[in-house]
Amino acid sequence: MATQRISGSEAVIKSLLEEGVDTIFGYPGGAIMPIYDALYDYDQQVTHYLTRHEQGAIHAAEGYAKVTGKVGVCFATSGPGATNLITGLADALIDSIPLVCITGQVASALLGTDAFQESDVVGISMPVTKWNYQVTHAEEIPEAIAKAFHIALTGRPGPVLIDIAKDAQFAQIDFEYKKCTKIRSYLPEYPVDPFQVKAAADIINEAKKPIVLFGHGVVLAHAEAELKEFIEKTGIPAAWTLLGLSALPSDHPLNVGMLGMHGNYGPNIKTNEADVVIAIGMRFDDRVTGKVAAYARQAKIIHFEIDPAEINKIIHADAPVLGNAKKSLLMLIDNVNPNSHQEWLSEFRACDKIEYEKVISHDIYPKKVGLTMGEVVRIASEKTNHDAVLVTDVGQQQMIASRYFKFSQSRSNVTSGGLGTMGYGLPAAMGAKIGRPDRIVFAMVGDGGFQMTIQELGTISQYNIDIKIIVLNNNFLGMVRQWQQLFFEKRYSFTEMKNPDFVGIAKAYGLASQKVTSRDQLEVAIQEMIDHKGPYVLEVVVEQEDNVFPMIPTGASISDIILEP
Amino acid sequence: MKQEYIITVFSEDHIGLLSRITIVFTRRKINIDSLTVSESAIAGVFKFTIVIRETPDRVEKVVGQLEKIVDVMKVFANTNEEMIYQEIALYKVSTEFLFESDKVEKIVRNSGARILELTREYVVIEKTGHSDETQQLFDELNVFGVTQFIRSGRVAITRSNLERLSVFLKERDAMLEQID
Repeated sequence: MATQRISGSEAVIKSLLEEGVDTIFGYPGGAIMPIYDALYDYDQQVTHYLTRHEQGAIHAAEGYAKVTGKVGVCFATSGPGATNLITGLADALIDSIPLVCITGQVASALLGTDAFQESDVVGISMPVTKWNYQVTHAEEIPEAIAKAFHIALTGRPGPVLIDIAKDAQFAQIDFEYKKCTKIRSYLPEYPVDPFQVKAAADIINEAKKPIVLFGHGVVLAHAEAELKEFIEKTGIPAAWTLLGLSALPSDHPLNVGMLGMHGNYGPNIKTNEADVVIAIGMRFDDRVTGKVAAYARQAKIIHFEIDPAEINKIIHADAPVLGNAKKSLLMLIDNVNPNSHQEWLSEFRACDKIEYEKVISHDIYPKKVGLTMGEVVRIASEKTNHDAVLVTDVGQQQMIASRYFKFSQSRSNVTSGGLGTMGYGLPAAMGAKIGRPDRIVFAMVGDGGFQMTIQELGTISQYNIDIKIIVLNNNFLGMVRQWQQLFFEKRYSFTEMKNPDFVGIAKAYGLASQKVTSRDQLEVAIQEMIDHKGPYVLEVVVEQEDNVFPMIPTGASISDIILEP
Repeated sequence: MKQEYIITVFSEDHIGLLSRITIVFTRRKINIDSLTVSESAIAGVFKFTIVIRETPDRVEKVVGQLEKIVDVMKVFANTNEEMIYQEIALYKVSTEFLFESDKVEKIVRNSGARILELTREYVVIEKTGHSDETQQLFDELNVFGVTQFIRSGRVAITRSNLERLSVFLKERDAMLEQID
């Protein structure tokens, strides 16, 4: 490729184009103005979405990355612009979301002088990025961006931040771009060791009551088909973690539901009855394990994992298999015998029956007067043939939606898992819709989380981002209130909310909106929202003191999951 | 049981890496007893020698987290017995004690320390050794009064012939070739 003499700013845009970027979320400001000026000439190649807050930009980039499998890109200026990205970086790091964030920085001569809008972004973002780098010379730009994309997307993905001093944005360089494919200090993944796979297969072939626990790693490795083939060949029941949701169709006969604190009854208690636990691309989060000392002690543990630091971090693995889940599953499939575990599977179905009678039926087909979150989720799922993208915020609506929404294809669930970031839902849904304009995207948010990033209604309106926003309004911070009810003697300390007129707010932003307070309006309203061309805000007033069950209380064993208060 | 470990981090020579390494310890509330940074025998490869007191389990986890850092190549954790190590200490005492009796001179001689600088006001003594040895000399000199004292971070070297990283780098290269 011939070299061209261009500014550092233009080099940033050209480097992004070389990486196939066509979508950027961001917010301009003083120190990133040269880059925005360069962007102005590339509106045919790149679409930039101006959010209403940098946190909105980075969550949108996360939503975009999750549904597309591509790297999410966002821009912010120095100082407060950059510090507003921190929550999103922490969220993306803990949930392994590939992002490249580019921040403007004051001119290099001003570094360390407390200049206007100067903050030590590299220092502040260090614990919440997979890698970060400060550019002070324009010549470094192409290489830094090439490295950023390689690091963000390979191995266990994560967020990367490049901080570019303003003088480097102005300086002229001879631009030449070379993709980064190898860094000597960085091994993205271990090559799969056939002996490790064989050891795992031997245990699986002998297993009487095996269970598969799969997580985000299956999606990140594009290993959905291999997972399905593996469980179908061996007949092993499979349960998903919150971030594993949608990697297998909800109605797959071997799908036994969700693990964790508010997961399903069967997979939780059966983990403590299985003789072999096969964990694939999951990291034994405390919300999944409950009390670690009482977790799967009876079982042999097989752990398929890309990140060596996750092996034995929480749960000792009897047979670890390091590497990419797709590659190791392919090898595993060849090494396992065809089998079926009908009797064992029927034990899960018996649990499902108990859970349905005690919990699910009351949630999704309630007989009481007040509306439940569960019935809203059920109807939204049914009306879209269980094939929409579900974006949730954090709290009760997240758990209820994750329990009752049904999925037909992978990358249909976007949620903040590890960090539990309230305010994530609305902006992440924008990114998800922009990434997959062909799909229906629901933003399922509570009244609390909605108001943390409600200003993004401005972005949704400006770009007519066709998302279906369902505000499940109980006028409470519902999950905290639930804990206060169960563990703090109903002392509702600062969880009640006096909310604005959400329909009025939506209308002020020029968005179609409606409020539903009774069951007879609900189905019609959801149908209207889906049929409406363009974004829509549907407020559903739900029961104030509804709780999410089942529940594993903090510190309890998964065997002690409770079905009712 | 907590015991002393020498953690050796081999890395690229990049600005900010020291911070990235130390926050792994800070986040887990592990105190760094000593820290030394220098270039290794391989040009461009830097070596952080970090001494901590921890349980074997926590050390294993810290090593895993350190190895996740993109610019870190390899991390080793060793007990003291597995390595040869030294620290250096400097002591300043008033010159008058040297002339009052031969006690200070004897202490210096017996401990294998040496005098680096001698002025009318003070004498600077240097001693290399393990920290218990440099501490012992401190205690002995402090009977007279040590006016300044400094001990370096630990430097440590393995009992094997080559820099451990050279073998590792070859294996790593092979692995990088193996994955697409």
